[in-house]
Parts: sequence; structure tokens; C-alpha cells
Amino acid sequence: MPAQRTPTQDDHKGCPYDQISMNVLLVGLNYRTAPVAIRERLAISEERLGEALYRLTADPAIEEGFILSTCNRVEVCAVARETTAGFAALQRFLLATAPNLPADQALPCLYFYMGGESLRHLLRVASGLDSLVIGEPQILGQVKEAFEAALRHKTTGILLNKVMRQTLSTAKRVRTETQIATHAVSISSAAVTLAKKIFGELQGRVALLIGAGEMAELAARHLVSQRIASLVITNRNYERAVDLAQALGGTPAPFEDLIARMVESDIVICSAGAPHYLIGVAEVARVVAARENRPIFFIDISVPRNIDPAINTLDNVFLYDIDDLKIAVEGNVRLREVEALKAEAIISEEAERLSRWLKSLDTVPMIVALRDRAEEIRSAEVEKALGKIGGLTPEQKAALDGVTTAIVNKLLHHPLTVLKAEAASANGNMILEAARRLFQLQEIPTPDGPGFLEADADIPDRRPPSRR
Amino acid sequence: MIASAFFFKATLLFYLLGTTFFLLHLWGRERPGAAGSNAAADGRWSRLFAIGATAAGFLCHTAALATRIHAVGDVLFADRHEALSFVSWAMVLVFLCIEMRRRLHILGSFILPLAFLSLVSASALPNEVRNLNRTLKSTWLGVHTTLSLLGIVAFALAFVSGLMYLTQERLLKAKRFGPLYDKMPSLDLLDQWNAMAILTGFPLFTLGIIAGALWSQYAVGALWAIDDPKQILAIGVWLFYLMTLHGRVTIGWRAKRAARLAVAGFFGVMLIFLTLS
Repeated sequence: MPAQRTPTQDDHKGCPYDQISMNVLLVGLNYRTAPVAIRERLAISEERLGEALYRLTADPAIEEGFILSTCNRVEVCAVARETTAGFAALQRFLLATAPNLPADQALPCLYFYMGGESLRHLLRVASGLDSLVIGEPQILGQVKEAFEAALRHKTTGILLNKVMRQTLSTAKRVRTETQIATHAVSISSAAVTLAKKIFGELQGRVALLIGAGEMAELAARHLVSQRIASLVITNRNYERAVDLAQALGGTPAPFEDLIARMVESDIVICSAGAPHYLIGVAEVARVVAARENRPIFFIDISVPRNIDPAINTLDNVFLYDIDDLKIAVEGNVRLREVEALKAEAIISEEAERLSRWLKSLDTVPMIVALRDRAEEIRSAEVEKALGKIGGLTPEQKAALDGVTTAIVNKLLHHPLTVLKAEAASANGNMILEAARRLFQLQEIPTPDGPGFLEADADIPDRRPPSRR
Repeated sequence: MIASAFFFKATLLFYLLGTTFFLLHLWGRERPGAAGSNAAADGRWSRLFAIGATAAGFLCHTAALATRIHAVGDVLFADRHEALSFVSWAMVLVFLCIEMRRRLHILGSFILPLAFLSLVSASALPNEVRNLNRTLKSTWLGVHTTLSLLGIVAFALAFVSGLMYLTQERLLKAKRFGPLYDKMPSLDLLDQWNAMAILTGFPLFTLGIIAGALWSQYAVGALWAIDDPKQILAIGVWLFYLMTLHGRVTIGWRAKRAARLAVAGFFGVMLIFLTLS
């Protein structure tokens, strides 16, 4: 396949990816490669997303574009005719997003993927394998929203649409076929799981929230979603308790009533932020006696701790601090890591399938495939005809061959001309895809050829060393 | 008798298998509520074998009891062999019922060893059809033994739930989240079982004692033999469970205390078996 269709091959002489007609490129940064100070400056808020998508696809090097921006990552994915120019355009785009950020600070944070690697990366991101908490579910929704935004602004085309749909369905497949998202790995969901181990179903239980910290609020929200009977909120600053009670649908209580409220509560979440213990052994012993041995579950997520750890030695009292909750989720984190291996296998399979599809859109193999198919049909029909007529002289046979070949060539002439000419145009991908479908060219004629995604090993990779 | 002995031995074998696999199940890592079918296989296999062996053992056990009753001609459970065998059978029956409804496999890991031990003790005892004195034979004796033994089965279940409660409570306090912790039901459920078992067992045991007194009046001429250690122990056990129940209702002896009491009470019950004639 010697077809060199890229005019500017001087930049990267001999680099095989310059033979590629279309490439999927991805440039991005995430929590592993960039500190939050840089991430927040390169992040693209929802309001600015439309403008950013237009700016991205306005670059002549970029055919299609898609942007995913969350608090943990910014990923810019694009289809480019020319790899080098495409990467340069993406880099330019990201730097222009934060004009005040010096390039020498931003550039080391970026990673560059192309072809199969970029597809794999996209699939891993959407499946939550690249997340801080492996398998976390939010990212899939974020990818979906980002894709919908790109669809709305019409910045994705036939290639990225297919890639993104495949990405979303792969992420769903990972979730249903592995247990990557099954067990609690967040602190607040761990608290709920533990409470269930003590109380069974939490319906009808009473929870008490001491303090109004963000973590406590999160844990309380988890409890409320378990349909507990009531949530009482107390805080040294009573107004704050009233506000939070309104937000969470609970009842506020003055801080002086703490002991009385504890007697009524099955679950006590403490995040008071006091510099010393607020709740000691003596108080809890009284509470337990008043509760007539009903178990009570204390969750102390304050740092420094606000509940005396010694209360855990009292009968029917269970105290978990933030480290204990972390230990509680550790096992699940390990389980997720095991499941992640299964997920990687699924992703490799799906990325491979996507790559094959992309490859089938490559012009040269498509023309070869089209010719081969026509020739196959022609010669089969000639054979059939010869069998029926029989007894033709070699001259007659040659004439038959000549006539049929001429017909086939005439018929294919125009489609092939258009394919060659239009492949490089704006509608190129659509025409290639149409041809693939019209002539049913599912199979790639030369799967082992020096095609487009196999070239990955030779990419001048700019991944930062910190990336796993 | 040959058929009965054969079924009895088969039961022993099946319960041994069931116990072994259920004990393996204790350590098998298996996550509940898994969506995928590829949950860790070791836990599942030991569990399936355990339940299969238990069910097969239960059928043999039923057959063994039925053939024996047929040979003896009445339902008495008057000697220790029969009594222990009946207790074991009833425990497995309760387990299989709960297993079918709730699929709480971990319960088997606690009940099956107990049922197996009970049956092993039965097999160690002389097992011949005795010829009871005509005067001793009466309906009251049958009623007395059956009711008392059913009460004891209920106490055994309270013991099992108490033991499970204490185990899980310890795991929760020590913050050790292993495979056993994963498989255990909630503390609240275990406490409910404990309450339910004693609440069922206590009336049965009470009626059993009353029936025994009536039978004693009929056969021996006295309601009560002060020199019989079995009777003294039975009254002691009865008082203990009365106190346990009363404590739960009035002064909140629930949760961990109730679990401890249920475990302690059962040791008294086991002593009764030692004094049986």
C-alpha cells in the first residue's frame, strides 16, 4: 500500500502514520498528570463548552471534535487528517483555553494518544477504569453529557459519533459484565453498608447528625436515601443546623439536647470539627443504659476525632472513625481492582473492534476490496457461463473475459474516482462509509498490512512519566 | 431395624459431608448481591455441595426415624439415642425451611455442625429397642418427650443465633471485614431470631415439663422426684429461660446480653441430656 496521500510528509519522514487517511487523536490531562491548580485553569465549564467546541473544530486540521471536562480531567478528542498537524492543533486549542497559563507549565501535564491508543483511553475513561475511584459511576454520565453537547453543536461527525456510541455501550457492558461498580468504595456508602450490618434495613431508624461539615452532610444524604424514619441535626451554631435541616429534610435540635437526642438515635454521625472529644465514655454509657441495650452506631468523621475512641469497648456501641471506614472499603477497592482486569479485557476487545471499523474506512484498502469483490463476482459468473455454453475456443474465452472485465471496470470507474477524489474532502468519511455499506465491505482485505492503528508503537509518545 | 440402622449411617455420612462443606463455606469468599455470574466460585461450590448433602441427609434421617418408629410402634423418643437423633432432625428441618425462604447459607455453617454432633452423640449411645415397663408407657410420656425436645430444639436455635450474634458483634467491633463478615446477616435479624426462638421454645418446654409431671403422677405416683438430677436441672433451665424472657421484655436484656444468655442457657440444656436415662 504505497499510497502516500499526505502532502506534508516532510515533517515526519518515514513515520507510518502519515499514510493514514484519518486518525482519532486525543490530548488531555487528568488528576494523575496535573495538579488541581492546572486542571482548574484548563477546565471548560458547561457554559463555555459550546464555544470551545466551535473553536476546536474551526481549526482546519481538525475534522471532528469532542471535549470532556470534569473536575478530574480534560480530554479533547478529535479526528484529524494529519496526525502531526492534528496534535499541534489540539495543543494550541488547550493552551488557548487558559491564555494566562505558561505553556511550559501546561505542556508537561498533557498526554497524547492516537489511533487505537486513543480509542482505548476513551473506553477506559468512560468505564471508570481511569478514575480516581475505580469504577465510579459518575464519569459515564459525564461522558454521555459531553457527547450530547457535541451532538447539539454538531462538532462530531460520522467517525466520532460511532466512536462515542461504541464508548458508551462498552462502558455499560463493563458495568453489567463485571462487578466493578457493585460494592461500596466511598466513605459515606461504607457507613450505610455498616449500618445495615448492624440494623438490617434502615427504614424506621433514627439518625442524628452532629455538626454541619460537608462529609457529614454527604453521609446523611446517603442515610436519607435509605428511607430512615427521621434525621435530627444539631450544631453548636443553631442557625446552621436549621439551614442544613431544611436542605436535608431533617429536624434541627439545640446542641444542649445532645444526650437526649442520642438516646433516641440509632445512628450518630459526628463531624463537629471541635478540637477535643465532644462525646466521652460516661455520656455514652448513660445513653446505652437509657436505650435498654439497643445497639447504637457512631460514625466519627471529624478530624481531629470528636468522639472518645474508648466508647467502642462499651457493649452495644459500635464506633467507626474515618480510618475504619477507609479500611471497610479497602477490601472492596481490591475487589474492584480484580474486576478491573476483566474490564480491561472487554475494553481491549471493543477497542479492537472499533479500530477494525475505522480501518475499513481507509480509502486504499477499500478500493482494493471493492476491486477484489467485483473481480470475484465477475470470474465466478464467467466460470458459470463457460460451464453452461461449453466448448469455447481460447480466443472466445479471452473475448468473454475481456468483455466482462470492461463492464466491471466501466461500472467501477466512477465510484472509484469519486472515492479517491472525495476521500480527502469534508464529506470524505460519509462517502467512505456509504461505499462500505453499499458494497458490503465489512472485511478488511489486508488485516496484516501496514495499516493505521498498528503504527501505535512508533508514535513519539509524550506521556508524562507519572502516568501508570 | 436393619433398614433404620442403614439410613442412620447414611445420615451420619451426609451430615458429615454437609458439615465439612458448610465449614469450608465459612472461609469461602463470596460476595452477596453480585450482578455477574462470575462470583468467586469456591464459596459457591462448597455451599451447593453443603446444601445438597444436608438435604440428602435429611431425607435419610427422616427415613431412619420413620422406620424406627415403625419398628418400635410408638412415638416416644424416650432414650437419649432417640432424643438426640430427633433434636438433630428437627434442627436440620428448621434450617432447610429457613434456607428455602431466605437463602441464608451461613446459618448452615452454624446449625449443621451442631446437628452433626448431636447425631454423633446419638450414634455413640446404645441403640436397641427397649422394653419399657407397661406402667411407664403412656400417651403422657410421648407428649412430654416430644414437647420438651421441640422446646430444646428452639433453645438450640437461640443458641445458634446467639453464637452468630457474638461472632458478628466481635467482627464489627474489631473492624475485621473478612468473608465471614460479608456473609453474616445483620445483628438486628440475629437478635430477632434469638427472641423468636426463646419465645417459641419456652412455652413448649413449659408444657413438656407439665406433661412430664402428669406422667410421673400416673406412673410413679408423684409429680416430682426431688432426687432426680434431670428434673432439678430441667427446672433450673426453665427458670433461666424465664428470666431471659422476662429480662428482655421488662429491662431490655436484648442484643448482646440476650445473645450471651441464649448461649449460656444452652449449656444447661446440654447437661440435661447427660442426665437422661
